[in-house]
Amino acid sequence: MKITQISVFLENRKGRLHQVCDLLGKAGINILALTIAETEDFGVLRIIVDKPEEALAVFAAEDLVARQSDVVVVQIEDHPGGLADVLAVLQQSDVNIEYMHAFLGRRSEQAYMVFRFEQPDEAISVLKKAGIRVIENDEVVQL
Amino acid sequence: MKNRYFQKEIETESREKLEENQLKDLQNTIDRALTTGFYRKKLNDAGITSGKDLKKLSDISGVPITQKDELRSLYPEGLKAVAPEEIIRLHTSSGTTGIPTVIYHNRNDIQSWAELMARSMVAAGAGPEDVFQNMTGYGLFTGGLGMHYGAEFLGMTVIPTGSGNSSRQLRLMNDFRTTIVHATPSYLLHLYDQLEESEYELDDLALKKAFLGAEPYSESTRKKLEALWGIDVYNSYGLSEMNGPGVSFECEYKNGMHTWEDAFLLETLDPENHQPVPEGESGELVFTTLKREATPLLRYRTRDISRIIPGVCECGRVHRRIDRISGRTDDMLIINGVNVFPSQIEAVLMKIPEVGTNYQIHLAKDGALDRITVKVEIYSKLFTGDLGQLEEIRSRIRSRLHASIIIHPRVELHEPGSLPVAQGKAVRVVDERGGDS
Ligand SMILES: [Zn+2]
Repeated sequence: MKITQISVFLENRKGRLHQVCDLLGKAGINILALTIAETEDFGVLRIIVDKPEEALAVFAAEDLVARQSDVVVVQIEDHPGGLADVLAVLQQSDVNIEYMHAFLGRRSEQAYMVFRFEQPDEAISVLKKAGIRVIENDEVVQL
Repeated sequence: MKNRYFQKEIETESREKLEENQLKDLQNTIDRALTTGFYRKKLNDAGITSGKDLKKLSDISGVPITQKDELRSLYPEGLKAVAPEEIIRLHTSSGTTGIPTVIYHNRNDIQSWAELMARSMVAAGAGPEDVFQNMTGYGLFTGGLGMHYGAEFLGMTVIPTGSGNSSRQLRLMNDFRTTIVHATPSYLLHLYDQLEESEYELDDLALKKAFLGAEPYSESTRKKLEALWGIDVYNSYGLSEMNGPGVSFECEYKNGMHTWEDAFLLETLDPENHQPVPEGESGELVFTTLKREATPLLRYRTRDISRIIPGVCECGRVHRRIDRISGRTDDMLIINGVNVFPSQIEAVLMKIPEVGTNYQIHLAKDGALDRITVKVEIYSKLFTGDLGQLEEIRSRIRSRLHASIIIHPRVELHEPGSLPVAQGKAVRVVDERGGDS
């Protein structure tokens, strides 16, 4: 239900993102979702990978500053206002979203969003009650 | 050039007479120092139990050196050679983290400081007809009150603006026909940029002179300031342990700073073995107060490197001149006039748990002002994965550094291992401000 996301602290240095992605590639780890939040001189790379434990080990070996956290991946109905519907459900139940970003599924035509909640368990039950599809752990690599 | 004096007799007396008085005052100072527990022990250990044990000026070599750390260890009690009710003011050094030094003044001390200051300014051509705008910080920083009292004592019209607020500085300069300013070199450069953008014209101002101190600057910066503003610029030297400004000051010949030797016994010593260097050669400036009553200091190490300029100045003053300060015997940095030790920055950083052990201080020029960048590595274990956390860490580092050392650094966060590693003498400070020292 809760999916592992890895956040990596990155200096805004030329080629730094490529180096990090390359590390994962060489270790045979697939990146399923990726987003970067950044300021002028540093950023946080957020990724969902198929083998999070291995990715963390790779980062640790390279002295990268990385942290795992739980996120929730939600399917968004493919019609106008699809995302708005999900947000409305969350807002009505007073669930706080820390941040969210798009998840680009490779196999399906469906759209998915990655949510980071203050209280993920509560959010999941709210979403499920409203009939919104929350992606299971073993499903995420299939998307 | 017509020479102006404030205290002609003291300023132009013979060397013999000056040294005769110095010996008398030195003996008195030793006696005053002996009333403090700190110096009683130090002097007794050196076999000195009375000022009269010093028979000639060169006997000063038998007096122990006083280090800044010793003064720090006495804080806040400090050295009091007079009864507490006699004390009318204290100043502490700008060493704001760690422990400052404290200097007490009685009424005579404040008066003689004002005299030295007035004497300095008259030597640089100031007179009662001048309007003096004091653009340095008041308060504990000795440059503000020191100059202020001297300027009033001399009889100038004083505008006590304090530092900063450029548009107000310019307005007052314009409205009150300011003829002399006291500022740091970097501030005066900065103010010129502001002038160009302001509604005021240089030609409408009455400015004639500037007294500059508190931070090192080169002869070329002096020339530049003189050309930009169309004024004469005079160098000032002092340190809070020797009152503040008014220790050494340039006369109208601008050829080194006359050190008021009736008030301060001047030595230039080899920083390693504390032996005198030959006159004219560079050494560490070491001063003994000759007049101060409340807090006498004996052979105080300034950490400033300079040399005594041989020969007599054309102005006729017998008091010897020192050259501009060429460096420090420690790693003190002067950032926009504020004295900062890298260790102070380190102490602040190391109290922030999210910061790793490596850091670097980077100094550069941003226009006229110094810009300081503090680069730190973040500590992996406390990273939450949140960008907001990083920004919070950054602003916390900034505000802590500002609160404790009064600097406004840019702060950069770096990945662990990306800054030069502390091996042997780590490259903690990168100073790219150029040869302005
Ligand atoms: Zn002179």
